[in-house]
Amino acid sequence: MTQFPKNSSASALFMVSPLLVVLLLFLVLPIAMIVVVSFWQATEFSIIPAFVLENYEFLFGSPVTYKVFINTFKYALITWGFTLVIGFTVAYFLAFHVRSLTWQIALFLMCTIPFWTSNIIRMISWIPFLGRNGIANSALMSWGVIDEPLEWLLFSDFAVILAFVHLYTLFMVVPIFNTMMRIDKSLIEAARDAGANGAQILWNVIIPLTKPGIMIGTIFVVTLVMGDFITVRFMSGSQSANVGRLISNDIALLQYPSAAATAVVLLITVLIMIGVLLRFVDIRKEL
Amino acid sequence: MSNLSRRNLLKTGAAAVGASTLGAPMIWAQNIKNVTLRQFGTGVSNLNEVAQKVKEDLGFTLEMTALDSDSVTQRAATQPNSFDIADIEYWICKKVWPTGNLQAMDTSKIKNYDKIVGTFRSGKLTPDSVIAQGTAPHTVGFTSGPNGTDFVQEESGWMTLIPTIYNADTLGIRPDLIGRPISNWSELLNPEFKGKASILDISSIGIMDMAMVVESMGEYTYPDKGNMTKEEIDLTLGIFTEAKKNGQFRAFWKSFDESVNLMASGEVVIQSMWSPAITAVRSKGIPCVYQPLEEGYRSWGGGIGLSKALSGIELDAAYEYINWYLDGWVGGFLMRQGYYSAVPETSKNHMSADEWGFWFEGKPAQGDITNPFGDVMEKAGAVRDGGSFYDRMGAVACWNAVMDENQYMVRKWNEFIAA
Repeated sequence: MTQFPKNSSASALFMVSPLLVVLLLFLVLPIAMIVVVSFWQATEFSIIPAFVLENYEFLFGSPVTYKVFINTFKYALITWGFTLVIGFTVAYFLAFHVRSLTWQIALFLMCTIPFWTSNIIRMISWIPFLGRNGIANSALMSWGVIDEPLEWLLFSDFAVILAFVHLYTLFMVVPIFNTMMRIDKSLIEAARDAGANGAQILWNVIIPLTKPGIMIGTIFVVTLVMGDFITVRFMSGSQSANVGRLISNDIALLQYPSAAATAVVLLITVLIMIGVLLRFVDIRKEL
Repeated sequence: MSNLSRRNLLKTGAAAVGASTLGAPMIWAQNIKNVTLRQFGTGVSNLNEVAQKVKEDLGFTLEMTALDSDSVTQRAATQPNSFDIADIEYWICKKVWPTGNLQAMDTSKIKNYDKIVGTFRSGKLTPDSVIAQGTAPHTVGFTSGPNGTDFVQEESGWMTLIPTIYNADTLGIRPDLIGRPISNWSELLNPEFKGKASILDISSIGIMDMAMVVESMGEYTYPDKGNMTKEEIDLTLGIFTEAKKNGQFRAFWKSFDESVNLMASGEVVIQSMWSPAITAVRSKGIPCVYQPLEEGYRSWGGGIGLSKALSGIELDAAYEYINWYLDGWVGGFLMRQGYYSAVPETSKNHMSADEWGFWFEGKPAQGDITNPFGDVMEKAGAVRDGGSFYDRMGAVACWNAVMDENQYMVRKWNEFIAA
């Protein structure tokens, strides 16, 4: 290869071309299409190719849009906080407290068992559990903790976030566990020898070294929550909205251009967030 | 068909009516097996059982496609060549008919035309009925001629849709959890049921339920609930947004199953509901009533329309299908699920006396009432909520409708959901 420097770039290009074609066809083209459609016009019956800004004007002109975006950020932020704490703790336990590799693998696989069923089923199974006459309320009442059923358990923001945390914590556990497993144990021994206590080791050694895992997990959770619509619909009893629901409502009413415009704004928002996240950690270098 | 009838017309000099009744059976025997009619529509009446029975009785093939009402509207309006028969609701017809994608039907070819209930012809169920607000079927049921794209208010002999299925909707309640009589739509927003009420999240129907409530509360009397102005839409949704913020609603539902679960689990004790959903709750042994209310019912109706592109033997087959549809088997099939048929008297022949008494006449059931699939729906002694056909369809206060300000309403509805 070194003998033919000119050909090497050509052959490299040739070798990535299948990937390039796949990405162009299934990623770039659909997104370009969405962007194009977002400038089209829609009546009740038809979609008219045009270049108008009315979809964006309506989107940015409506106070509902801002409220819904804020709601979406709220869900993403709270879910991220909980999944991070739970995911980090679980991964830490698996990586540092469980000594044998066999057990590590066994316990890790146990974490994934709930994921063998469908997303929707795991979410919907919360509904009878949290309901007014559900298991949670009847248990609390029989223990004498409460006198009346708690209404906010179901069809509330609490229920939505509970479902999100349940659904997406694993996406935090996996990458964090992965980076933790690759931390050289001698670094921790060295820190211990140098007189650091447990908290100092955690803060000064382990957390900085697991940052890439945390960042990958964060990207997973944030994008999943930002793009979700079905969890919010079911767990809030259709009473709350996020951006995904806005889009799905538009699609149901055949307002594709308006849905496309909302999707474009959401995409840009998420890309900006990921861009900011990547400023903190250079994932490519750390991997 | 056109060739043949012309020939017959020349030969016999008889009226076109004679040609079609004499000519049609002849064509049948030869080519009917090759005919395939493509029908699409909402799920309610697009039943595979009907297609099977068509194959048995008439010999041709009926392909059914079920879509939600928004997609149905779009398809009927934009893709006239993708279907032969459109099974749509009357308010959809109001949107679609002016596009000219459907052809008018000659009522002289409809055998049971004279027996179709008055609601779909003069608009009056009985001579002294008052016509309800909204898109009443007879207002969009007739057009001026074979190529008409307008609506006429009298029985012109050219029908836009042949009515097939309809019903009167009201609120469903859990009598065991409410423990007192409910007789007004306004109870939906009664603070007594705070956190235990629900409404459906389908804007075109939900807005009508809301209007019934607002009027019942005495907040406002609409000149026409079926065609609100922007101010009226704002007012209606304003009242409901406030109730939502006060925690009146437990949830909103979008699908049939959701409404059943909300009611059966006791999360909700009063909500907008559809007739089969009530039966589904009751079949679990949970008391649930489709409560007749003083202000009356919100009604809906569907019918079948023929694509502009239909001609020749396919058009004949379509007329044959329509005549068969009104002949009673389908009517009985639908009425045993709690809907009504356009020609109830022919359905009587396809129902037992007890079924007819229970579903149509509002009499107590003598034995178990089963639906067409064999599931027991009601035990002996039960009486249909709201009573007889004339009690229920005679008390319709408004029809499902499409408003001039539909797009504005939909946007406001989205804001209500997000509020």
